[in-house]
Amino acid sequence: MTTTSPNSQLALVVRALLRNRSAVIGGIITLLVLLGALLAPIIAPWDPLKFDPPNRLSGPSPAHWLGTDQYGRDLLSRVLYGARFSLSVAAVSVLAGLLVGGTLGLLAGYFRGWLDLTISRLADILIAYPAILLAIAFLAFLGGGFINLVLAISVVFVGPFIRVARAAVLTVREELYVEAGRAMGASDARIIFRTILPNAAAPLIVEVTLRFAYAVLAEAALSFLGLGIQPPFPALGSMVSEGRAFLSLSPWGSLVPGCAIVLMVLGFNLLGDGLRDALDPRLQKA
Amino acid sequence: MVGYIVNRLLAAIPTLLGVAVITFLLMRAVPGDVVTSLVGLEANVSPERMAELRRLFGLDLPLHVQFGQWLGAVLQGDLGSSLRTGREVAQDLALRFPVTLQLTLMGLFTALLIAVPLGVLAAIRRGGFVDYFASLFAILGLSVPGFFLALLLILLFALALGWLPPAGFVPLAENPGENFRHMILPALSLGLILAGAVTRILRSSMLEVLSRDYIRTARAKGLSERVVIFRHALRNALIPVVTVIGIQFGSLLGGAVIIEQVFSLPGVGRFALEGINLRDYPVVQGTVLFVASAAVLVNLLVDLLYSLIDPRIRYE
Repeated sequence: MTTTSPNSQLALVVRALLRNRSAVIGGIITLLVLLGALLAPIIAPWDPLKFDPPNRLSGPSPAHWLGTDQYGRDLLSRVLYGARFSLSVAAVSVLAGLLVGGTLGLLAGYFRGWLDLTISRLADILIAYPAILLAIAFLAFLGGGFINLVLAISVVFVGPFIRVARAAVLTVREELYVEAGRAMGASDARIIFRTILPNAAAPLIVEVTLRFAYAVLAEAALSFLGLGIQPPFPALGSMVSEGRAFLSLSPWGSLVPGCAIVLMVLGFNLLGDGLRDALDPRLQKA
Repeated sequence: MVGYIVNRLLAAIPTLLGVAVITFLLMRAVPGDVVTSLVGLEANVSPERMAELRRLFGLDLPLHVQFGQWLGAVLQGDLGSSLRTGREVAQDLALRFPVTLQLTLMGLFTALLIAVPLGVLAAIRRGGFVDYFASLFAILGLSVPGFFLALLLILLFALALGWLPPAGFVPLAENPGENFRHMILPALSLGLILAGAVTRILRSSMLEVLSRDYIRTARAKGLSERVVIFRHALRNALIPVVTVIGIQFGSLLGGAVIIEQVFSLPGVGRFALEGINLRDYPVVQGTVLFVASAAVLVNLLVDLLYSLIDPRIRYE
């Protein structure tokens, strides 16, 4: 086996990413979205909850760059706060899904036998369950709010993460260096987390970025159905839904948050694709 | 072949049982049951009357007994009755499933109509304008939420141009023309998004197939480019496309839940949403089990389709 230090591996991946034009565009979009969301309290021109009835349903103007909604609230400020909420839900959901699903998948792939059978069956059930209905049923049970949204979305992610992690482990568990670790008397935990995990990480990293995009879409869909955070707090999906009633009077209320969702997801998808190409030398050649 | 189908169906049983158990437990864990939601704001209903209603619906029995009774009935084809309307769930599903099926099939058809020519052209003219357009279209398809696309289409075709109705449904049997007009925008909302995923996979699988030796042989034999592309390359490139459609079928049904909501279509997805909101256990259990079974069946169908597209694949 040829060994490359983690630093030079990282440099290779970064170089491959920078060569990929769409990945660069995706990276820039993601960075701008992250900055906008993180700095929302500083850069938002208005209080996202402040009513201004005389200015309701207005289009873009110098005072309100992206227009106002049916209560005269500033759409730019609401979108910035909505993106902040959406990104937080996505980040925590993906991490939770990765932690639970990834660990279960690692265990299933490493130990095989009845444990593998049980965990794989659980993954089958979770994947067979209609994802959106699973999330909706969860929210109906738990009610809306940040933590419940995270739970609902991460439950949907557990199944796919189990599959990806298990498959990744299966491809490396028979490698000679794993055998060598075993022969040297390394514990199972050490082999799993120090030897197998770093070598099986690439597909998991790609899955994380693609799931991130999916999480943003899922949060938006659930909020659109009225199952997310309660108004007046801004969530992008519920903003699109609220604007529906005024579509013919002023489409901005739906268009602005909708475009914000598209931009966020587009950024993650482009970056995820680039990362997949950079981490998978086979694809790079193709 | 028959043995393979029977094995696959048998293997699906534990999965579907798991789906049934999860749904059953989730619905029971929801705070407030159907009696509370039925009685609603009527403050003058006595606790005795509430208890009587719960007994009537069998909600006073232990959980495992309730589940056993429900499962026993399901095995005999009885999905129970809605606690709210008293109508049989299976009967309501039979009424609503055609709407969802029509939406899904029209969506799938739209997706293929756009994705197959676009994916093939993008692969043939690699690096050209069509290829860039196809890539942009594909990534947008993966990034635009279905409900937002639906609103954009309503804004353009219903509100601005006035060509199509913004929402509503007319049964196919009642007036086929009007039914079609009402289903165009929902089908486009569903189909354009799937088209993104299919274009992408078809382009890359066409590129791979076009670099194979047998394509070079076909060209060397002097076959026309049209025959090479459509008879030799496309047929082989379609296998991953069928896989993607099979995998996407679940999300197509999931997308249908939201699209039905946006366009007020009386389909299975909307039925499930109403059931969840009203804590109507039999409706939710029946619908979820039905949708999960449909997904399992479609995946089996997809596997069987492989052997039609590629005769080398045989199932024993």
